[in-house]
Order: sequence, then structure tokens, then C-alpha cells
Amino acid sequence: MNEKVIVFGATRGMGRALARAYAARGASLYLLGRNEAELARSAADLVARGARDCGYVRCDLEDARDFAPALDAAFSALGQVDVVAVTAGLFATQEELEKDRSLAARVLQADFTQTVLFCEEAKDRLLGQRRGALVVFSSVAGERGRKPVVLYGAAKAGLSRYLEGLDHRHRADGLLVVAVKPGFVRTSMTEGLEPPPFAGEPDEVARDVVRAVERGLPEVYSPWPWRYVMGVIRALPRAVMRRVKF
Amino acid sequence: MRAPRPTRLQGWGRQSRLGIERRGEDLERLGAVARLSRGLGRSYGDSSLPAADGEIVLNTTLADRILAFDEATGLVRAEAGLSLVDLHRITLPKLMFSPVTPGTQFVTLGGMVAADVHGKNQHTAGNFGDHVTKLRVRVADGRVIECSPDEHPDLFSATIGGMGLTGHILEVEFRLERIPSAAIVQESVRIANVDEFQEELEASAKEWPFSMGWIDAITGGASLGRGVLYRGRWATPEEVAGSPPRRRRAARLPVDFPSWVLNPASIRAFNALKYHSHVPRVQRRVVGIEEFFYPLDAIHDWHRMYGARGFTQYQCVLPRRAGKGSARRVLTLLSNLGAASFLCVIKDFGREGRGILSFPTPGITLAIDIPIRPDTPDVVRALNALVLELGGRVYLAKDSFTTADELARMDPRVEEFQRVREVWDPERRFRSAQSVRLLGDSP
Repeated sequence: MNEKVIVFGATRGMGRALARAYAARGASLYLLGRNEAELARSAADLVARGARDCGYVRCDLEDARDFAPALDAAFSALGQVDVVAVTAGLFATQEELEKDRSLAARVLQADFTQTVLFCEEAKDRLLGQRRGALVVFSSVAGERGRKPVVLYGAAKAGLSRYLEGLDHRHRADGLLVVAVKPGFVRTSMTEGLEPPPFAGEPDEVARDVVRAVERGLPEVYSPWPWRYVMGVIRALPRAVMRRVKF
Repeated sequence: MRAPRPTRLQGWGRQSRLGIERRGEDLERLGAVARLSRGLGRSYGDSSLPAADGEIVLNTTLADRILAFDEATGLVRAEAGLSLVDLHRITLPKLMFSPVTPGTQFVTLGGMVAADVHGKNQHTAGNFGDHVTKLRVRVADGRVIECSPDEHPDLFSATIGGMGLTGHILEVEFRLERIPSAAIVQESVRIANVDEFQEELEASAKEWPFSMGWIDAITGGASLGRGVLYRGRWATPEEVAGSPPRRRRAARLPVDFPSWVLNPASIRAFNALKYHSHVPRVQRRVVGIEEFFYPLDAIHDWHRMYGARGFTQYQCVLPRRAGKGSARRVLTLLSNLGAASFLCVIKDFGREGRGILSFPTPGITLAIDIPIRPDTPDVVRALNALVLELGGRVYLAKDSFTTADELARMDPRVEEFQRVREVWDPERRFRSAQSVRLLGDSP
């Protein structure tokens, strides 16, 4: 089979779990991330866990100048690429973002503009092959304007719309765009937050994502109950949303 | 910063303390805010609990990367939060196994070092620490130190078996063992009483790399300490092909049993059934790794069977010089005290560990699960008095009720351990509920 997979953000959290899921299938991996020492450690881990090989290159989500050279390095190392997965992103709570305007600017910028710009670069290369999947971690936070995720959710909402449009525009050209919408997942990103019901583990999300790519699904809610939770939340009238805490 | 609310952190025996558990991939950075590391919470007592209510404890389980794995030599280096079960999932297909494993796979490498765990092969392979080649530790002043028998040997030998009190263990390097198959040839033998047990264990030690015994600790008189001895060795591929071991599925204990479920009568009935149903007296078969090494892992959360009050495991070692009847004396005392034990395990030790505070010493060890009751501290007092008289000591990874005074008298090595702490951590930044209780640290 020998899948070839690029993961941006594989050193931690759900990106780490996704890279491990592909490693366990014997994939060839290429990691993109901010910190070279961390990338080297994760690459060693992935090879020990079954990856056929694992290269890496520095790439900072907050610096768009990194994107093209990093992707060039990855594509030339792997040849034909099956999956480009983007799990990198910034997170802060609504309270943290309200208190710190420059942090808010960074989060909005990274999670929307920078992520989209990265996807544009990746998309061009995948379209050039006429095949491949672009798997991008958005969030259920983008499904509805909600009190605890006004700013973060706005960036993710924009990202989800972009991914939907991209899927419509390029499905016929052989590009699969998968928008991953994790619910609350216990990672270092959500550390210190009170986990709600249906909180999930990164490995669960990784399994769901691998399956969605195999089946060609454009949208994954994970863990699965979140699809129905968000279905209800999307259906609630504004008058109700204004009163509830979530 | 987010200010999470303190939650109840538990030892495996379910004693608890309020604390804040911080998880993250970067132990070196998080180490700055925590005075203690904690892995999967399998130490029974209070060694992974914070020294004072509300303190931060560093949960290591997200730091679980394998940093190097040499399939030719078996040398592996990994972050401290990697669990043995995850490591084995990767190494077993390559027929590599930890040279020493405790009775559960749900432990982290850091925890295995901190408790210097032993297993069924203690008499031949020693403790886990004996196979560790290097440790990376974040010490009290923030420095990250690589230590080994050659570099900073004092820190190395204090950290092995040091219950996390020398610093945050960040990385562990050790050598895996190459095995002929992923199965064990197990022989189980019904044993009539504790004296026969002591003899049989000693006799088995010469031929069998693995051994341990399950003891019925409730039936007294001539049958005191009767039970079943399990001994094993790695199976050859031919033996496995001849009779492949059964696969096993893990179950889960979803609720706390009410405290009355385990009572002397139910325990007596269970023990009698287990003992008498072992016919013929000697049985031999090929079993899987899980069944042989990790029978209790088959029921996740089995500690809930003791109900909300929990239990303590009293594990002591009685040195050889204490003589043949030593284990009998401990079991007799236990039965006189009326402390019904559901699970009691007996095992011989072959050598000392290399950690300053490593638990084993050549002799016989008893591990006795005791449901917590109001008189449990008195039971431990009495058992400790006898163990002191016999020249033995208790295992800190299991202990909840020993006093500082008892430990000091049992284990003169504490002084040396404290001298090393004085060098690396003069302000006693690293501390636990256990070190407050046993080593005089301030809460």
C-alpha cells in the first residue's frame, strides 16, 4: 500500500495521534512543524511505531514564507503524496483572547488566514498530481456563534466554509478535501478546561480521520456523538442560544 | 492562565488527595510548576499524591515518544510517560520484551524507574532499574541532567527506586530482552502450606526464570498459606505452534462494589474454590503473555471491587537470615489480627536492587491486599513490628500506613538517600504525600 502522508503539526495532540495512525499502517511520513528538535524526536517515534520512513522540515504556521519551500521539500522527498494533513493551529479560551488583543490577532490570523494560505499551496501541488487528499482540522467551534468560542469559533467557521467551497470546486479534479471537526478532545491544548460529556481521545479522532479519507468523506465529526450534538445546537433558535452557556 | 479546579487524585488503593494534575507533552517545561511527577497512578499508596492539598502534580502520560529503538541490540530510549503496554504493542511483533515487568502493563517507564519495580523473574533478572542504562532528569534547580552508572551515579542510584523525589524523570533508556516467542510455558502446582511454598519457590528458582505464588491467606492451621505456585519460562516457537495460547479480552469493572461484597465469608469461599479446583496438582500448558504476567489487567479498574473505601497492599520482604518459618509468622499474625485478605502473593527475591532505596533483598516477599477498615493502621503497626523483628522492610510503592519512625528503623539506607537529596534538592522542592509522611518533608 505504502501511503505517503504529510502532517503539519504532528509533534503534539491530534496531529501526533494522526501521524501515529498512519505510521502503524506503514506509511511514509513527512512532518512539518515549528521546532526542529521536536520534529526529530517525533520522526524517531514514528519510525519506531512502524512508519516506513519519516522526514521533516521546519515550517511555521505563522510565517507564510515557509509554506512553499516546506511543501516542495516534502513532495520531492515523498514523490506522489496521498494525504496532506493540517493539524497545526493556535488555541486560547475566549477569556484569554478578550484580555489580550495581540493574542487574538495571532489566533485569528493563524487559524484562518495562514491555514488557508497553506492549504492553497498544498492544493496546487495535489491538483498537479490529479489526486490526493487535503485533510484539515477545523473545529465544532465553527458550527455556531457561541459564547465560549466567539473569536476562535469565528476563525474556524471561516476555515470550515473555505474547506467546503474547496471541496465543491475541485472534487471533480481528483482532490478530496476533508474538514475534520473534532469536538472536545483531551489534549494538551484543552488541558485545564472542564471536559464536557462526549469528550474524546486523540487516537479516536485519528482513527475516524483515516477512515474518512479511505471512504472519501468531506466532513468528519469526531468523536461521533458530536455530529448529533452540533446538529441540535445548529437547530436551536437564537433566543435560546443567547440564554445558554455553551 | 486557566485555573483548573483541584480534583481528587487517587493512588491505586483509592486513598486520595486534592490536587491539580497538569498534562502536557513537554515535561521539561511543565516541570517548572510541579513538585512531583505522576504516571498512570498505579502506585497503591500516596507516593504519587501531592504533599499538600491543591498542589500541582505533573501527569507524564502525554510524553510518550520512543526516541530511539535499536532492533539489533534491544536498546530503547523513550520519554518517561510511555506505558509498558504501548511499548510492548510495538516491540512484541519483533519479539522484544521488557527484561522486567511488574504485574500490570498499565505503568509508565518513569513510574517503573521511580518504584524500581520487580516481577516474577526478580530471582534471575533483578529489578527494572538493573536494566536501565541512562536517565534524563530535571532536577530542583531546573537543570536537565543525564545520569547513568558513570555520570552522576549518586543521582542515578537515588532516582532508581527514589519514588520521584529526586526530580522529574524525563527520559529512560534501557535494554529490551529478545524472546523466542510471545508465549510462556506455565506450570502451576498446588501447594499445601506456606512452608512448602517457601521451599518450592527456592527449588523452582534454579530451573524457572519466572515464579510466584497465590496464597489463600484466610485458611489457618496446618493449611495456613496454601495456594498455587505458578512458574514459567518462554515457550519455543514449536511449543507455541503445538498448543497456541487462548486469546483474551479485557473486561471493565464499571461500578464500585459495595464494601460488604468482599467479606471473610466470600473471600473464604473464593479461596477454597480456587485451591480445590486446581486438579491435578501439577498442570502444564502454554499461556499468553497477558495471562501469565498480567492476570489482573483483564479487569480494568479491578480496584473498584474494594468499594469506595479502597484497600492497601502490604508488601514486605523477609531476608533469608530470618529463616524458614518467617513467612508463616507473618501470615499467622495476619490471621490473628482478623484482617481478611482477598489477594495474597508470595515470591522469592534473589538480589538487591541498584537503587539506594530499591525494595528487594534476597529472601521472601509477601504482598497482601487488605481492605481499608478503621483498624487498618493498627494492623500495619503490628505487621511492621514483626517485619522489623525479622529484619525485613516494606515496599514504598505499595505503602500507605508506615510511619517515619518505622521506616527509619527498617531501612538505614534512608540516611544515604537523604544525603543525595541534600545535594540535588536542598530545599526539598520535590515531595509527595508519602515523603511528608515518611521522610519528614514539610507539607
